[in-house]
Amino acid sequence: MSAISRDDVVHLAHLARIDIPSDQLDHYASQLDAILEAVATVSAVDTDNVVPMSHPVPSTNVFREDVPGQSLTANEALAGAPAVEDDRFRVPRILDEE
Amino acid sequence: MSELVRKDASELSALLSAGEVSAVEVTQAHLDRITQVDGAIHAFLHIDTEGALQAASVVDSKRAAGETVGSLAGVPLGLKDILATKGLPTTVGSKMLENWIPPYDATVVTRLREAGIVILGKTNMDEFAMGSSTEHSAFGPTHNPWDLERIPGGSGGGSSACLAAFEAPLAIGTDTGGSIRQPAAVTGTVGVKPTYGGVSRYGAVALASSLDQIGPCARTVLDTALLHEVIAGFDPMDQTSINAPVPAVVAAAKRGDIKGMKIGVVRELGGEGYQAGVRQRFDEAVVILESLGAEIVEVSCPSFDYALAAYYLILPSECSSNLAKFDGIRFGLRVGDDGSRSVEQVMSQTRAAGFGDEVIRRIMLGTYALSAGYYDAYYGQAQKIRTLVAQDFAKAFSQVDVLISPTAPTTAFKIGEKLDDPMAMYLNDIATIPVNLAGLPGMSLPIGLAPEDNLPVGMQIMAPAMADDRLYNVGAALERALVAQWGAPILNSMAGV
Repeated sequence: MSAISRDDVVHLAHLARIDIPSDQLDHYASQLDAILEAVATVSAVDTDNVVPMSHPVPSTNVFREDVPGQSLTANEALAGAPAVEDDRFRVPRILDEE
Repeated sequence: MSELVRKDASELSALLSAGEVSAVEVTQAHLDRITQVDGAIHAFLHIDTEGALQAASVVDSKRAAGETVGSLAGVPLGLKDILATKGLPTTVGSKMLENWIPPYDATVVTRLREAGIVILGKTNMDEFAMGSSTEHSAFGPTHNPWDLERIPGGSGGGSSACLAAFEAPLAIGTDTGGSIRQPAAVTGTVGVKPTYGGVSRYGAVALASSLDQIGPCARTVLDTALLHEVIAGFDPMDQTSINAPVPAVVAAAKRGDIKGMKIGVVRELGGEGYQAGVRQRFDEAVVILESLGAEIVEVSCPSFDYALAAYYLILPSECSSNLAKFDGIRFGLRVGDDGSRSVEQVMSQTRAAGFGDEVIRRIMLGTYALSAGYYDAYYGQAQKIRTLVAQDFAKAFSQVDVLISPTAPTTAFKIGEKLDDPMAMYLNDIATIPVNLAGLPGMSLPIGLAPEDNLPVGMQIMAPAMADDRLYNVGAALERALVAQWGAPILNSMAGV
């Protein structure tokens, strides 16, 4: 049984914001399918009454001391930006034209 | 080749502090070695000749002025290209960050600089640390110094290869599912994944935050411990950093006494699926451990059979979230911004152009595992198996002091051999993944060459959280016995690069 269809890959690629060329969709579908089939073995394990573990070091709301320090200057923060205008990150349009 | 590049970090340290050689001479010898061999090895993505010589010269001046410097001051190192270095490219092996120059240093980099360790350059890696062969680097593979047609392991193949090729005596790696230990195993070098939280991750590009750990790599157990001590310890900039004293790793590496220790062989990490020569060398090393006075028992950790599957759900889930930051807005690549496209279209084009195949596969897999309707069956179930893995470890460590297994199921395979079969590639991590899931420390050290291919085999040692010193104690004892048996360190039997 194939768990991942070509349409599923289109949907996942959209969710992940990756523009996958249509001639590669089948390639990814078959590979993801093979991986999912292998990892689906997790369902064979009886995990009733097992607490999920998200992290090896259990911790809640860890804060460092709130001490003023030196942070990046605007120029440093913008130095790696793909596009800059007026000391700000310049981004492509966010709203539609109308 | 200059004799200086064949020396271990601790030997160089002694020569430097005795004033018999300068840090500039040591650094220049390694830079020359890189010029000579790295065309064939490709361990380095960037070489910082100027910065390295300058750092070395500062160390020499301090020593000349009688200032106290760290014991590794003036010793060169290869730094995995996943750690942010101020003013020096940090690509993570990806086109996404090809031209990114970080404005700050990772905490580990700060500590290396403060210790006077000379950073020669940045080492090659699988893109975003996803892989076991370094073939997924966007800038071409690294070649194993033992056989240039073979992989040096991954994701930290540049770090392991630069050690084996005598381009540097020290290196830094990161280990999410084996990326320090498996490269060490297939290159005949030593690598340690410290306890989760033992080394600050601040400034390391995150793959899977609940699994990632930075660690030391070298050619000997003692050198690895010396580097471990420099980089470990609490850092308020990493919320998962453990605020406790660093385990006494250097003392343990100098001790190497395992008389009366109980060592468990993990039944599930061996046997079927492991190359015959790997099993043979492992069994022989177990006999040596016993002859050194340790008690060997077999231990069963049944949940480990499901660790790989759980890992390949947890890791993609976390990475699909972590890598969402690469959106072409604040730093890194941006593609298709011609004024006609929306921000969403630019993001999608940027990510398609900037990420390689394996990264795209894992992001989509994680996106799937986290989507509504599948979350409980995949990610949730994997997290419960993670609990079972931690419980199996806890039970095992109530009976024994350390656990051992082969580090990797095979020796180094041929470049290209597994590239089109992701599951075959993932199986390389089968023995290294359990400690990452549980957050425990693990070491790989060389235990000989597989008779069928004359390539290095590694043993993995695993210990309870914050008992990293036990790895070094056992590793040092075994290393000493093996080197005595071989008559020389394993890398001496490698045909010259």
